[in-house]
Amino acid sequence: MDVELRDIDKTFGAVHANVGINLKVPAGTIQGLLGENGAGKSTLMKILSGFIRADAGEILLDGHPVIIHSPADAIQHGVGMLHQDPLDIPPMRVIDNFILGRKGGLTIGHAAAERDYKRLAEEFSFSIDPDSYVDALTVGERQQLEILRLIWLGAKALIFDEPTTGISAAQKVKLFTALRLLASQGKTILFVSHKLEDVEGLCSRVAVLRQGILVGEAKQPYTTKNLVEMMFGKEISVGARDPCAGDGKTNLSLRDLSVEDYRLKVQNVSLEVCCGEVIGLAGMEGSGQGLFLRSVAGLVRTVGGHIFLNDTDLTGHSYHAFKRLGAAFLPAARLEEGLATGMSLTEHIVLAEEAHGFFIDWDKGRELTRKRIADFNIHGTPASPVESLSGGNQQRALLALLREPLSLLLLEHPTRGLDIESTIYIWSKLKDRCREGTCILFISSDLEEILQYSDRVLVFFSGKVTKPLESKSLSIEKLGELIGGKGWPESTSGKSK
Amino acid sequence: MKKNSWINVGFQVGALVVALLITTLLLVAAGAPPLKAYASIISGAFGSSNNIENILITWSPLLLTTAGVLITFSAGLWNIGIEGQMTLGAIFATGVLRALQNTQLPPALIIILGILAGVIGGALWAALAGALKTFGGVNEIFGGLGLNFVSTALTIYLVFGPWKRPGVGSMSGTQPFDEKLWLPSLPHTELSLWALGISLLVIIAVYFMLRGTHLGLRLKAVGKNSKAAFLMGVPTWQYSMFAFLLCGAFAGLSGAIQVTSVYHRLLPNISNGYGFLGLLVAMLINYQALWAAPIAFFFAAVNIGSVQLQIQYKLDSSFAGVLQDLLVLLVLLGEGARQRFIKKG
Repeated sequence: MDVELRDIDKTFGAVHANVGINLKVPAGTIQGLLGENGAGKSTLMKILSGFIRADAGEILLDGHPVIIHSPADAIQHGVGMLHQDPLDIPPMRVIDNFILGRKGGLTIGHAAAERDYKRLAEEFSFSIDPDSYVDALTVGERQQLEILRLIWLGAKALIFDEPTTGISAAQKVKLFTALRLLASQGKTILFVSHKLEDVEGLCSRVAVLRQGILVGEAKQPYTTKNLVEMMFGKEISVGARDPCAGDGKTNLSLRDLSVEDYRLKVQNVSLEVCCGEVIGLAGMEGSGQGLFLRSVAGLVRTVGGHIFLNDTDLTGHSYHAFKRLGAAFLPAARLEEGLATGMSLTEHIVLAEEAHGFFIDWDKGRELTRKRIADFNIHGTPASPVESLSGGNQQRALLALLREPLSLLLLEHPTRGLDIESTIYIWSKLKDRCREGTCILFISSDLEEILQYSDRVLVFFSGKVTKPLESKSLSIEKLGELIGGKGWPESTSGKSK
Repeated sequence: MKKNSWINVGFQVGALVVALLITTLLLVAAGAPPLKAYASIISGAFGSSNNIENILITWSPLLLTTAGVLITFSAGLWNIGIEGQMTLGAIFATGVLRALQNTQLPPALIIILGILAGVIGGALWAALAGALKTFGGVNEIFGGLGLNFVSTALTIYLVFGPWKRPGVGSMSGTQPFDEKLWLPSLPHTELSLWALGISLLVIIAVYFMLRGTHLGLRLKAVGKNSKAAFLMGVPTWQYSMFAFLLCGAFAGLSGAIQVTSVYHRLLPNISNGYGFLGLLVAMLINYQALWAAPIAFFFAAVNIGSVQLQIQYKLDSSFAGVLQDLLVLLVLLGEGARQRFIKKG
């Protein structure tokens, strides 16, 4: 099926996620879609698969304009999407998941469905028992189930969102074989990824998105340098950087730290961080840096190695033990994890401070809040509920909640979604902390931010971690390549499950 | 007053009017003259000093259960199990009174021990629901509901089994205690100023706890966003458990007071729906403890007043519940409508 997108436009509040995107994919093509986090790839694919509606623009399937209202609608039109996290129902059996979503009468044609399932599975040489339960499957197998399901529902165009994350090498080979088979049957494949190698190896053509704009297209054979440049922009001159503010005393020490979740393993990370040092954690979302950061906060149980903070072994302790020793973690999801909707700034400040006595001295609390509001340049009053603040003000409020002094500050995307002014302000506050001896580990998908503010950088790719790299020795291009999985030495630690 | 406050008042009055309208329609449908029926509710509630005493007797347990659920609501928990916690309070109190009634201990001490046992019984039953929730992943609504059934079965077993009256067990409960084991009450009534005083103290304490203490603020944070609260250093599951325990303690106290001051024995259905009514009061006041006492009083008055409906118009006295439920539903509905209205406006 030919798929064509014309002038697709979508904004979320202040974010222009898709800017007049035009893309034509002929039937039987494997089309790659590259771009860094927040480039607008997922938005575009969600529009095509009916999860969200575009503000403007047209979708043409086989030359006919269609309006897609919902995912169910999309599959009626022959468009199916595989999400990064499989949207199946784990406590149900494989065959029931398979049948789910099928339009039909009251009765389920179990026998017929099972026959179809077995026939399709054989065609793609997938081997999943239809009677097993989905929660017993690996991510790769769940993906296979989803492919079979969509084909069975009549999908003629299939969208894959980061399908190679969290699956084994063998499963990847199987997946690619299946995709090539599908393409040879005349089906259209849209392959969304940030992994250069996968895109280069699989896709006959690739389109690159950056900041909501389709910046370029390329065909095989590709030059990696060209793709990286399109993804991350031209070499950007990085401003003058503060040198490491520390005194060289080791503050945080990680020894052979290993941590894993259901899709990733990060293994044997060793790192010594001195007072006042800033470590940037780079990588595409879900490459292991989030897991790593949370394990250093005591929020995720490690599976191996040791964490020392100020020479105290905190391995296996909870976040609150880390907190008592002067660690603090600020989540990226400000309103989901960082702040409590429905509570005022004063309530937050009082909550975050050490409690003295049984009763709250609200006058003192308000006074402290007013001081913090002034210190952190928050546009709001002590009585403002946090949800009424803008994103930048919420971020400043989160910083304002931190106690003094801190020895370790762990930040997830400290300036995501903020304008340049807020970003500079927040980093000036963070650098103040460094001068007081706090060491900082932060995740960012903004490479410029990583290079500008870190002393050293760890790059994550599918659970693999580089040795700490001096940020002075790095360029945007080099960093971009590492993030995309290029230029890794063979024997780095960690691997995908 | 700001424009928004007027809108708020408008929606609340609107909800009240609609609730009365629907109730009126129901009265008409049931064949009762609506205006006269309302008049009889009012006279039934305030017509005699006896009626007012009955309101105050009802007010006391309702204040306690409302105080309890205000705490669990603060922590974001739906403690549906409060009925069972109240029942367990009554069972524990009865147990201690039975065990000690023939000893030489001073009666006042026995009463105090009985009430304390009730507090502990309620708290333990709530701890069970809390543990199911915290460690077993059982939603507190299901856990609480299940435990309510168990508590009812337990009461019936005791009343008809080990604690049955000499001779034969009956729905009218266990053998009443000797008058010396009654919580002192006003002459010729069951109205105990002790019970009322304790209940008022509890609701006032809860008001101040939620408003002005670190404890209350942390409970609120756990309820509003437990992840954020955890990151800010609040040990979240411990606070959830604490909320259950405290709520259960108040429910147990309320059950113990029913035994020691109102019925002087253990009855099947001793909780009498006061737990659920407390939930309704808390929802109606939008969890603002300040309004708990007057609204609980109003609900108690409707309960007592509706008894007249049964006598005069042969309407079931559960009509009180219909009026109360409608009121809560419509106020919640009005609140939802108000938020939509403000968003659009």
